Amino acid sequence: MTAGNISVSETPLVLYTLRRADDALILGHRLSEWCGHAPMLEEDMALANMGLDLLGQARELYSYAAKVEGRDNDEDKFAYLRDVRQYRNLLLLEQPNGDFARTMVRQFFYAAFADLYWRVMMRSTDATLAAIAAKSEKESAYHLRHSSEWIVRLGDGTEESHRRAQEAIDLLWAFTGEMFEVDDSERGLIDAGIAVDPAPLRAQWMKRITGVVAEATLTLPNNGWMQQGGRSGRHSEHLGHLLSELQSMPRTFPGATW
Amino acid sequence: MATPTIIPLWEVFIRSRNGLAHKHVGSLHATDATLALQAARDIYTRRGEGLSIWVVPSNAITASDPAEKGMMFEPAESKIYRHPTFYDVPEEVGHM
Repeated sequence: MTAGNISVSETPLVLYTLRRADDALILGHRLSEWCGHAPMLEEDMALANMGLDLLGQARELYSYAAKVEGRDNDEDKFAYLRDVRQYRNLLLLEQPNGDFARTMVRQFFYAAFADLYWRVMMRSTDATLAAIAAKSEKESAYHLRHSSEWIVRLGDGTEESHRRAQEAIDLLWAFTGEMFEVDDSERGLIDAGIAVDPAPLRAQWMKRITGVVAEATLTLPNNGWMQQGGRSGRHSEHLGHLLSELQSMPRTFPGATW
Repeated sequence: MATPTIIPLWEVFIRSRNGLAHKHVGSLHATDATLALQAARDIYTRRGEGLSIWVVPSNAITASDPAEKGMMFEPAESKIYRHPTFYDVPEEVGHM
């Protein structure tokens, strides 16, 4: 590795934007790992399409973070030259793909949140974030529909698909609380009408996922204990492996083009 | 990757942005109509090709037999007077 980490001036708006950008990049990268490996060609394309939607969101958010920060960082530097501790994504999104059921449950939990989140963000007083939200909302709405249909079919499918879907829900449930966390740096942005307060979205999110999960004959855990840390750079061991693959080329050959 | 059961085949029809009719664009596999529609969206409209999608179970299509093409289609070939080339279509008629 010859290219070192960049430093980032994490003012509240830069940090806020990077957190959302990292969410999109990491989940998009996870989906890209399915490319060529999905159970069938049709789903291979669907997963890649969703990954590309998220990569597009990440690019816009990174570019905006770079503009707000006003130093010489850009979207590529944010993506390729930050270490695990500098990444701010939700722990849920870095969890490994596992089997198809786990990938779909992860997508379902996040898309059900993201769709609500972007819809509120469309009213942000920050014109750039509002514009990004308008585009992202349509994408996440489809991600939610696609994953919901699969949750129902997996849960209400065969004995094996039901078991796998339920295992995925039980495994990933503890990572869902982090989506609704707010820290002090975000509080000021929320008060200014720039950022979205996710706490009020929780009831709607629960309602949405409860309906789908019930239709799928699956159950949500009663466990209320939630894992957190991603927003401040404390990640699971999985993110390091992901980043080493994502970053190896630009780290090894800085500035390489092809 | 094992395909445990036979997944039904669907034919996909897309109406393009300025198109007047749905056109056949290809086929795909899906377990039911809802997933077929989603797969059609994911496979056949990635470059902004369409505004409307139809999916039809392939086994719902009754096709002509290629062995009967002489009987079916050749009689029409000698009847050029059926082509609307012997008169002018008025402007007001528009698209026919």
